[in-house]
Amino acid sequence: MRARRAAKVVRVNSEGGTTLQGTPNPEAPNPQLPIVQKLRIRYTKRGRLRFTSHRDFARAFERAVRRAGISIAFSSGFTPHPKISYANATPTGAGSEAEYLEIGLTRAADPAEVRERLDAALPPGLDVVEVVVAGQGSLADRLEASAWSIALPGVSLEDLRSAADAFWSADVVEVERMTKRGMRTFDARGPVTSLDVHSDDASDGPCAILTMVVRHEVPSVRPDDVLAGLRSRGGLTTGQAPVATRTAQGPLDPQTGTVGDPFALDRDASS
Amino acid sequence: MSVESLFPRLEPLLPSVGKPIQYVGGELNATVKDWDEATVRWALMYPDAYEVGLPNQGVQILYEVLNERDWILAERTYAVLADMEALMREHGIGQFTVDAHRPVKAFDLLGVSFSTELGYTNLLTALDLAGIPLHAVDRGDDDPIVLAGGHSAFNPEPVADFIDAAVLGDGEEVVLAISDLVREWKEEGRPGGRAEVLRRLAVSGGVYVPQLYDVTYLDDGRIGHVVPNTPGVPHRVTKHTLMDLDAWPYPKNPLVPLAETVHERYSVEIFRGCTRGCRFCQAGMITRPVRERSIETIGAMVANGLEKSGYEEVGLLSLSSADHTEIGDVAKQLGDRYEGTNTSLSLPSTRVDAFNITLANEFSRNGRRSGLTFAPEGGSERLRKVINKAVSEDDLIRTVAAAYSHGWRQVKLYFMCGLPTETDEDVLQIGDLAKRVIDVGREVSGRRDIRCTVSIGGFVPKPHTPFQWAEQLDHETTDDRLRQLRASVQSDKRYGKAIGFRYHDGKPGIVEGLLSRGDRRVGKVVEAVWRDGGRFDGWSEHFSYDRWAEQAALALEGTGVDLDWFTTRAREYDEVLPWDHLDSGLDKDWLWEDWLDALDPEALEVEDCRWTPCYDCGVCPQMGTDIQIGPTGKTLIPLTVV
Repeated sequence: MRARRAAKVVRVNSEGGTTLQGTPNPEAPNPQLPIVQKLRIRYTKRGRLRFTSHRDFARAFERAVRRAGISIAFSSGFTPHPKISYANATPTGAGSEAEYLEIGLTRAADPAEVRERLDAALPPGLDVVEVVVAGQGSLADRLEASAWSIALPGVSLEDLRSAADAFWSADVVEVERMTKRGMRTFDARGPVTSLDVHSDDASDGPCAILTMVVRHEVPSVRPDDVLAGLRSRGGLTTGQAPVATRTAQGPLDPQTGTVGDPFALDRDASS
Repeated sequence: MSVESLFPRLEPLLPSVGKPIQYVGGELNATVKDWDEATVRWALMYPDAYEVGLPNQGVQILYEVLNERDWILAERTYAVLADMEALMREHGIGQFTVDAHRPVKAFDLLGVSFSTELGYTNLLTALDLAGIPLHAVDRGDDDPIVLAGGHSAFNPEPVADFIDAAVLGDGEEVVLAISDLVREWKEEGRPGGRAEVLRRLAVSGGVYVPQLYDVTYLDDGRIGHVVPNTPGVPHRVTKHTLMDLDAWPYPKNPLVPLAETVHERYSVEIFRGCTRGCRFCQAGMITRPVRERSIETIGAMVANGLEKSGYEEVGLLSLSSADHTEIGDVAKQLGDRYEGTNTSLSLPSTRVDAFNITLANEFSRNGRRSGLTFAPEGGSERLRKVINKAVSEDDLIRTVAAAYSHGWRQVKLYFMCGLPTETDEDVLQIGDLAKRVIDVGREVSGRRDIRCTVSIGGFVPKPHTPFQWAEQLDHETTDDRLRQLRASVQSDKRYGKAIGFRYHDGKPGIVEGLLSRGDRRVGKVVEAVWRDGGRFDGWSEHFSYDRWAEQAALALEGTGVDLDWFTTRAREYDEVLPWDHLDSGLDKDWLWEDWLDALDPEALEVEDCRWTPCYDCGVCPQMGTDIQIGPTGKTLIPLTVV
């Protein structure tokens, strides 16, 4: 066993490290420094960079971490990976003001400085908005719902309102989407906890805006699914491609149906 | 007049196309300049999909060299995929750059880098989408000057109808010279219009303008002559050679895309040119002489490139990287510098010798020890002598034994099928070699789980090589030899899965052969294939041999020449070749003698002129260049790694 590993050892860190299981073992393949600090990061996908897929973003972020000189922790093993966990990425093509991830560092750093350096190392549009030291509990668990704003160029406010009313008054609106496991049919109505229509005064032509809060469930209901429901149930027709933007993600307030700040607990813990 | 971005019209289409990020731009280190502040504007195209074209070193280097001048603006454009092409046609959106989404038609110059002839149909798509007439003679003063570069430009005749000009060799200096010339012409108020600027380019001696040369044909279909039709235009156009790589340390600001691309690393060319003299290798012939980049510049470029890009892999590029005079020091010192930083180094294109195992061990210190690749090219010793790549079987086995005993588990071997004088037996010996490799691997490692992958490509005779006169092997025979080889290996149960095979059928090679050694008459075939829907011919899922064969038959009807004539026909000494008026520096008589030596079993090996006396290939005296190699005895400048 030892002989085989010796042949495959790829990166040896003289300062020791951990095994794949996380127990300190300086003789493990490719040991790495332990994590001493976890930071939680909120970032955006704005403008034309909303077409960045999640995989694209992950690569860009890893490179930004290297350029910014952040002491990121790596997993041990034959192919070490930087310790970055992503939560709940938006679909490709949707913009976002509220994407979240968590990183593990081998040396404690000032969150404000990390924010500045990462933001500078990422292209404009992928902007790092806030960095906090991770408190207790899992970040992913706090992301219970998302608030969305969907601009619908070429759609009048009246048409959107009537479609939204029809959708809202239904108990169940089944839609279909191709997933990794084939075509799935699921309810797009149930997870929607609020739905409003507005008009975009800044737009040249008619452009209605749909805002909504959607509870995170499996399969997750995306803006496209709700629009599919508005088409099938409310007779909505969309010409030009709608543009969806996630405006917030966080805990869902059951009373008001609004989305809270997922960093609130972390900020309380560190202040 | 300013030019507006096409992005607002493009954006609504993006949700409906595959991988929209490839059309968005926004790469790290990309440059967007004010349109009106520039006097000369270049659109640079790599005629393949973004994921293939973005990492191309040539385009990245020229993009940066041009944009460093405040009076020049350069943006990039790539081939759009079929779904995007359809939508662009439907919505009347022209070919655009990814930097500022400006219409390609608005630029002064469209520079296209052809690494392979299989990008020709994609050029036509881009021209057509851009609204630029396909044929150079139909273009007006408002159309960009379409300029071809890259290795395929050493015989641009098959696309002579579609390009205004071609440039041979290293691009760094000549793009600036062209920019100067175009600036002067524009500042004079564009006297004489398009025809005059093309004439000036041709008269300069460093730019080939096909329209200014007339081609005649003999009754038997061969070329009669190629002569200039305009006073002052030279009979032969010469290639460009950059003589001080240390003075041109590009890319300094590597483009880092958001989209996934075929190479995700920072690459440094450690030298240009190769004088090993492998007779099949066009790159080795047309990029002479060898010019090394010094260890100090390499070290500085690696440090800067990693810092600017955030990449975790560095590629040390060249045609035969282990031949750098200080490669051992480069490997050792880079390994030391990046120890423990999760940065890996890679050394593509290495030769078969034991020294390279030492090097590979050095390089794998900070990376994975997965597999080693060697390219003996020919299956038998006899054939390796024909191609002047004289690796003995014992040397190869010794090298491979060293690799397996140092813990490597997989060895890849590259071969070619269809080399001149090749017989079935030569190809079958590839299998014997692979079996010996596995035998020795099992013996020295004491293990059964070692592998050897054999990759085989079809040989395509290329212009400006000693094999430019050779008959290309027909695809039926190629396929038959590969079938025999596979059968002989698979029938031996002792090897089972230990030997893997990767190869393509012989058909794409025939089309590549047509485009490599074709003349101007082949332009009609390229156009007919494109009109019939031919796109992305370098992609096996898009390539259609039947389409090329059918369209070639139609387009060449009545000319007396056909697909076979261009490919499987041997040429004689006195034939005027379509690229004879394009000067790579190689003396045609030397090439011919080298071709005869290839066919002569008694001929001696041609040794590398870096270490033995000059063998008069002609390049240095013709081009006024010299071999530039070390060792310099210098070391990498130490630096503190963050």
